[in-house]
Amino acid sequence: MSSLAGLLGQPFLRYAFIAGAVIAAASGLTGYFVVLRSQVFTGDALSHVAFTGALAALAAGANLLIGLYGACIVVALAMAALGYRGQADDTVIGSVFAWILGLGALFLSIYTTSTSNGTSGVNVLFGTIFGLSATQAVTDSVVAACVCAALILIARPLLFATIDESVASARRVPVRAIGTVFLGLVGVTAAAATQAVGALLLLGLLAAPAGAAQRLTARPFRGLWLSAAIAIFSVWTGLVISYAAPKIPPSFGILAVATGVYLIAIAFTANTNGRRA
Amino acid sequence: MTGSTVTGLSWNVVADLRQLMQFPFMVNALRAGTIVAVAAGALGWFMVLRRQSFAGHTLAIVSFPGAAGAILAGLSAITGYFAASVGAGLVIAAVPRSIGGRARSSESAIIGTVQAFALACGALFVSLYGGFLNGLTGLLFGSFLGISASQVLALLIVAAAALAVLALIARPLFFATVDPDVAAARGVPVRLLGAVFLVLLGCAAAEVSQITGALLVFALLVMPAATAQQITARPVVSFALTIGLGLVTVWLGLTAAYFSVYPVGFFITTFGFAGYVLAGAWRAFLWTRRRPAAAAPA
Repeated sequence: MSSLAGLLGQPFLRYAFIAGAVIAAASGLTGYFVVLRSQVFTGDALSHVAFTGALAALAAGANLLIGLYGACIVVALAMAALGYRGQADDTVIGSVFAWILGLGALFLSIYTTSTSNGTSGVNVLFGTIFGLSATQAVTDSVVAACVCAALILIARPLLFATIDESVASARRVPVRAIGTVFLGLVGVTAAAATQAVGALLLLGLLAAPAGAAQRLTARPFRGLWLSAAIAIFSVWTGLVISYAAPKIPPSFGILAVATGVYLIAIAFTANTNGRRA
Repeated sequence: MTGSTVTGLSWNVVADLRQLMQFPFMVNALRAGTIVAVAAGALGWFMVLRRQSFAGHTLAIVSFPGAAGAILAGLSAITGYFAASVGAGLVIAAVPRSIGGRARSSESAIIGTVQAFALACGALFVSLYGGFLNGLTGLLFGSFLGISASQVLALLIVAAAALAVLALIARPLFFATVDPDVAAARGVPVRLLGAVFLVLLGCAAAEVSQITGALLVFALLVMPAATAQQITARPVVSFALTIGLGLVTVWLGLTAAYFSVYPVGFFITTFGFAGYVLAGAWRAFLWTRRRPAAAAPA
């Protein structure tokens, strides 16, 4: 108990726990729909954009957050606009994001050679949740909380539009607008999650809790809440692990817990399916 | 000024080339790049045709923790690259259908989780190894410095073996790719071919990772093939074109990286992507010119 008090006594850990929980909730909620709508590849592309956006802002001498949020939101909206006619070809997405990442490598090289900021690239790639300042933690928490609220507001029509697009549009659900808003929310979540787990790993925070939740329950709203709960659990447990063993980066702890939960969910459901058969 | 000193880029192409070739590391880089471009082009062409670019991406990403783990364990990075990518190829070949029966969405969630977890493992290994940040950017975004002659030999042997196997299975693999149902009905072992192909793809991804870095493998694995398949639909022509485009991309990228301070990964992806965009624009141009003619008879 005293160790827990010690844990929360440190301001940087308090920020990490609070901001981490809100970001995890946003990732869990949006991730559930990302997986349901088979847009995992989009999440992957956004993670690359997050890296390049953040480093472009740094290389230009601007605030990292501007580049991060700006790039993620613009690209998410662009993908919504371009990729609507059917699923965008994965070759196209793949080529675009490889090039974007190449650009990120360029900005990284500009930034690290012009100044002596050797670790900034690593921070953007793999996250710095223990390095969040008070203002960053507040910004990220507020943004992620807004994402959660917006997503819960559009959850019902979004679910309808996801499961049966043609019936939904026949029922006057604005399918296209909802899809665009949703991708915008994914962009914001990606930017916030980049701060917590890093650009390269945010895909795991989007996909793993959602995948586990979908295996554990077929009921959509229960799955949505479960996904958020698993994400928060992963972040908190990961933070505690990383605090206990400082050699382990927090991002690894978070991802390891999330992956572990997913594996358990797969094993659990495979078992019950086997018994039923 | 006849190439014996480093003079920077000039309009004298011969002097530029001589300058490029005067350092053994650059010769090794060009050799390695050539080998990698051929292997990646050949396997990438089938990968794009089979729409497995997400799998190829995963195999490449897995090579990062493989290399980082091998360095941590005191082995050579090249062992780690191949072991991890080929192992992951086998796992991907085994997993989806045994879990299968579910919707595609669940499968992509698994792939996404595996990717992120692999990268997290790489971050863990790097953190455990401690203080090798330059090595980290090299692993992720590629480096053409310090490729030794023995590494070139290893790349050559693996590439030759992979291409030989690919040549053996090319015809049935093409059949199984274009029409899996008919191929299966004709007794072609579709599933086995798919597994062998994923292992070969793992070899190619591991090779490309060593030049472009684990994150930029798409530049050589996907872009040349995608460009070629936009230019022509004829299999043999586009196959040859893929390899040609891959070679040009690598050579230009290495040259540009030599003459500038920026990373090789950036140049290779940029040249590859430029080719892809130009091919797309060219096709769109042809299409708009052909459309009135096609509409006239109707």
